[in-house]
Amino acid sequence: MTLAPEMTSPDKLLAPVLSAFWDQPGSWTLETYKRHEGYEGLKKALAMTPDDLIAYVKDSGLRGRGGAGFPTGMKWQFIPQGDGKPHYLVVNADESEPGTCKDIPLLFANPHSLIEGIVIACYAIRSSHAFIYLRGEVVPVLRRLHEAVREAYAAGYLGKDVLGSGLDLELTVHAGAGAYICGEETALLDSLEGRRGQPRLRPPFPAVAGLYACPTVVNNVESIASVPAILNRGKDWFRSMGSEKSPGFTLYSLSGHVASPGQYEAPLGITLRQLLDMSGGMRPGHRLKFWTPGGSSTPMFTDEHLDVPLDYEGVGAAGSMLGTKALQCFDETTCVVRAVTRWTEFYAHESCGKCTPCREGTYWLVQLLRDIEAGKGSPGDLDKLNDIADNINGKSFCALGDGAASPIFSSLKYFRDEYEQHITGKGCPFDPAKSTAWADNHVEVTA
Amino acid sequence: MTDVSLGMPQLPAPDYPADVRARLEADAREVVARYPDSRSALLPLLHLVQSEEGYVSRTGMRFCAEVLGLTTAEVTAVATFYTMYRRKPSGDYQVGVCTNTLCAVMGGDAIFEELQQHLGVGNNGTTPDGKVTLEHIECNAACDFAPVVMVNWEFFDNQTPDSAKRLVDDLRAGRPVEPTRGAPLCTYKETARILAGFPDERPGAVEATGGAGPASLVGLKLAKGETAPGARVVHPRGEAPRDRPTPGSGHLSSHDAPQPTSASDPRHPSGPVGPAGQDGPVTEEGE
Repeated sequence: MTLAPEMTSPDKLLAPVLSAFWDQPGSWTLETYKRHEGYEGLKKALAMTPDDLIAYVKDSGLRGRGGAGFPTGMKWQFIPQGDGKPHYLVVNADESEPGTCKDIPLLFANPHSLIEGIVIACYAIRSSHAFIYLRGEVVPVLRRLHEAVREAYAAGYLGKDVLGSGLDLELTVHAGAGAYICGEETALLDSLEGRRGQPRLRPPFPAVAGLYACPTVVNNVESIASVPAILNRGKDWFRSMGSEKSPGFTLYSLSGHVASPGQYEAPLGITLRQLLDMSGGMRPGHRLKFWTPGGSSTPMFTDEHLDVPLDYEGVGAAGSMLGTKALQCFDETTCVVRAVTRWTEFYAHESCGKCTPCREGTYWLVQLLRDIEAGKGSPGDLDKLNDIADNINGKSFCALGDGAASPIFSSLKYFRDEYEQHITGKGCPFDPAKSTAWADNHVEVTA
Repeated sequence: MTDVSLGMPQLPAPDYPADVRARLEADAREVVARYPDSRSALLPLLHLVQSEEGYVSRTGMRFCAEVLGLTTAEVTAVATFYTMYRRKPSGDYQVGVCTNTLCAVMGGDAIFEELQQHLGVGNNGTTPDGKVTLEHIECNAACDFAPVVMVNWEFFDNQTPDSAKRLVDDLRAGRPVEPTRGAPLCTYKETARILAGFPDERPGAVEATGGAGPASLVGLKLAKGETAPGARVVHPRGEAPRDRPTPGSGHLSSHDAPQPTSASDPRHPSGPVGPAGQDGPVTEEGE
């Protein structure tokens, strides 16, 4: 890839908010959080009426950070009020989308931003019991959440009559047990009810009949954790970042064959070129081949898309989805067939089995792809792949099936010749040893 | 159970010894009290019984069923759905190598390959000393630290075949092992107890390894003007990977054989129910 000649200044392009004090001692503690204006947003929220608070979050333009970008305030507004039923807030911390790695470091370094956001959200939707559904495979994060919740109870941010507001709030941290599908909100609710995590038919939507058939808001970690800063610093400050339809800041996760993988918090709309320019680009001597804007379920991009603004509209207009902003970058040493095969194996493994297109389709995609990767494919296989993916996409019970079809469609669109090479050449032309993190260590000085 | 069933139903599982049962019942009451509906306690209770025996046994499932007023069939259906519940006795240390696309490409396949040879076990195999169970795992939300290895669900970031082999050697020799992010290792059973919702009481466990790993801080440091672009300083475990031929060149994706599941009753009349293919608003990952 070519780097833009003008130097772009990281301090102008980046905007650390949630990550602003991750480098401070004890960043996960209540004490450090309060030293960085922690729980100030909550005080401002409790001075408003719940309805005004919902309107305020809606006006800020905050959109869901878990994938689909649904406006957070609108989700809160859908909760019927005065219905006499308990209301629940469930935070989706089941971060499992391949490539996605933002919520886990956020909760590890700064769990109180989520807890403060939960208290604010529960006050708004009149909920007295919230749950954090954390994927089970991240015990270091679970420890910090246990401790942060304990601290919050002890300080009066949770429990009876929070800060004298009259709000009673219980918060339960719930560890999952290993199932990607539980990131789908209705499967998550079934799992939280102690069942197999399989998606529910909608409608009714969770806002009407969610957890225990009661009105429930399901929000992503980063969405809820962004709320305290919006309250504390104001919706106009929030709207001063990003665009009209995609306002605010967010965490971009750069990974793969880049010089500096990691978390980059920036206003929505930054481009991959800007992120790579400021962070040292691809690893020395290599160029970008393909990348995902928001995890493996979002159609892949190539180096043609370096200047696509990474916001909901920009990525959508370019034919993909912003998703979770998981920017997985692969260089020219990577075999796209291998990458897609592995993702497809993941979807087949994680398909919950409830609906036929996804359960059967992902299975057959894997069979075809493994043959192609092994040089045993036949010319008709590519059309067959496309056909099977077409029979999964939009025809499955939930979005897992659509996600499984995305890498197939997009890789066939951009790299069909590479698939054909595997078939005509009867094997994979790539050496996987060249893609490893340590492949270039002996030539580092020449790069 | 790989034996061919001759039509005789399995006898009910034996109960726990009375003292164990009394102790687990006290824990279970605490877990159930966290939820408005007792069945919500099933996943944590399965973690709890796993903390007792190191896997989810038939006795453990019977216990969950009795505590929650469910049938063992209902409990088994849930226990076999989730990959974190083991179905057979396994090692004290579960070593999981991420072989989802990004980690696999960055070296996870080579690491998994070398560990299998080094330990002489396949996927889901346990070393004869009962110390290490090896498996390949899916994306664990640490892609900026690839390739990633998890031991009892603590993070071992930026691994190489050599560092991973040293890691398992240390585990088998009983030498202390510390993760890149997370607390000093405890056994798999102790880990399962934390997953059941009982906080880790060991002094220093919560603060171990500090607030954030190096990759989590690169953007923040750039924003503060602290580091020059292109600097990458993450060689964990005091090691700079060496220049050596790389194993694992055969990367065919063949190590994902399905696990046996419990046999279903072929005479049961129920089939899939409910309309499928609903064209509802597409939301991804719950948002």
